Amino acid sequence: MAVTATETHRTIDAVWRIESAKIIAALTRMVRDVGLAEELAQDALVAAIEQWPASGVPANPGAWLMAIAKRRAIDHFRRAKLLERKQEELRAAIESQPEQPEPDEVRDDLLRLMFTACHPTLSTEARVALTLRLLGGLTTTEIARAFLVSESTVAQRIVRAKRTLAKERVPFEVPSGDQLSPRLASVLEVVYLIFNEGYSATAGDDWMRPALCEDALRLGRILAGLAPRDAEVHGLVALMEIQASRARARTGPDGRPVLLLEQNRGLWDQLLIRRGLAALRRAEEIGGLRGPYTVQAAIAACHARAVTAEDTDWMRIAALYEVLGQLTPSPVIELNHAVAVSMAFGPAAGLELVDELAGEPSLASYHLLPSVRGDLLAKLGRSAEARAEFERAAGLTQNARERQILLDRAAVS
Amino acid sequence: MRFMVLVKANAESEAGNPPSTELLEAMTKYNEELVKAGVLLAADGLHPSSNGARVRFSGTQRTVIDGPFAETKELIAGYWIFDVKSLQEAIEWVRRAPNPTGEESEIEIRQVFEADDFGDNLTPELREREERLRNRT
Repeated sequence: MAVTATETHRTIDAVWRIESAKIIAALTRMVRDVGLAEELAQDALVAAIEQWPASGVPANPGAWLMAIAKRRAIDHFRRAKLLERKQEELRAAIESQPEQPEPDEVRDDLLRLMFTACHPTLSTEARVALTLRLLGGLTTTEIARAFLVSESTVAQRIVRAKRTLAKERVPFEVPSGDQLSPRLASVLEVVYLIFNEGYSATAGDDWMRPALCEDALRLGRILAGLAPRDAEVHGLVALMEIQASRARARTGPDGRPVLLLEQNRGLWDQLLIRRGLAALRRAEEIGGLRGPYTVQAAIAACHARAVTAEDTDWMRIAALYEVLGQLTPSPVIELNHAVAVSMAFGPAAGLELVDELAGEPSLASYHLLPSVRGDLLAKLGRSAEARAEFERAAGLTQNARERQILLDRAAVS
Repeated sequence: MRFMVLVKANAESEAGNPPSTELLEAMTKYNEELVKAGVLLAADGLHPSSNGARVRFSGTQRTVIDGPFAETKELIAGYWIFDVKSLQEAIEWVRRAPNPTGEESEIEIRQVFEADDFGDNLTPELREREERLRNRT
């Protein structure tokens, strides 16, 4: 069968997505510089693009790429005009590394790379871009498209991030002792941020960008394999799996968002729900209901378990939001708590809690506050007040589709 | 996107003989790789067709046919479900799989329909069905 160059390029893309993180991670351990490691890996990719269309894809493409990258690393140190002895040491060290490291070593390298890409010295945007690039195997173009920014912006973010990591001499390691927990939280935050950017697009005309959700889920699942004893990793995976299970039901045929309680539950993805509930069980077995992601996943699970919207256990959800509010106090959680209370005990009880949040400065431009208030007022039959709230909410949201929903609700109130 | 990766039956699997320890080991290792890479959503092996049945449809008639079934190579012995970026990525993963029979065999890769693939055909019908369900309760 004749293999066209385009087909080979698609194969190279696929191989890159599978192998790149492992190669970059192993190279970083050898050369102690994530920026240099990525350049070397890119050199190997270029070599594959040049050679594979003619030679065919090698039987073990990962080992092939690694071998080329190692050779380039040795060339690099030769050119770097290091002392003869130092150069010799580095060459020997790099050459002694196998092209296919042991599974344990691969795991440690990937975990180190994850911690490096999500290092607190970097801005959140830089962490997100670097994580998608180094661990997700995404190109700069793909990241730019996902976040609706220009390619040069993403490229610059990545270059600057690598420079910062080098300048600050961020060690390529898994943090130990009391550093581990906050650093892991920073990794989880980045993964969830990527998921949320895909799940509820904050800007633009689309309600969802599913590719980003898939990237985040994949990163989360990888992380669960790398740090299986951490309850919150499983909690986050559970949360993402359950939320993603509703993706098909969240958009109507006209592209408009469909809210949770109005969704056709027949469209919920039972495979993802099952995976989410299993991950939640693992999280609870390890850490109980003590981490914010686990508690959020437990809330999501209440919806996932309800066969119809009417079956939802709102009492449990209200109780879980109270736990969540204690773990991570925030007015947004209070607002969600108020909604759950209104569902469990009636709109008047909910409105009472919402009104307590009215003066909250951090919610002043948050469209969900007037949106929820409007909803409760409408249920209590206070139409004029409800309409005003929906209009206010419509003026605050950045999402075009959501704005339309709110204006529609205002019109019928 | 999702792919269902189908492993075909052979004489051994149809006879109900468990795979060799070596193959089991290789499969376990391969499955671990898939899990670590975050691409494995589900996987199962199937009993031989002698433990199964077929229901044949002809107009309004239904005829039950008990296993085993003859055309061994057309039968399915197991499956994986992958969550990957492209057909090419699924192919690359399957290339890395151990030979499931040790002999000549094929593994088939099929893309799973997503909601978007159905376009407007699915939703109105489903909505109607849901409304019927609601009226019944």
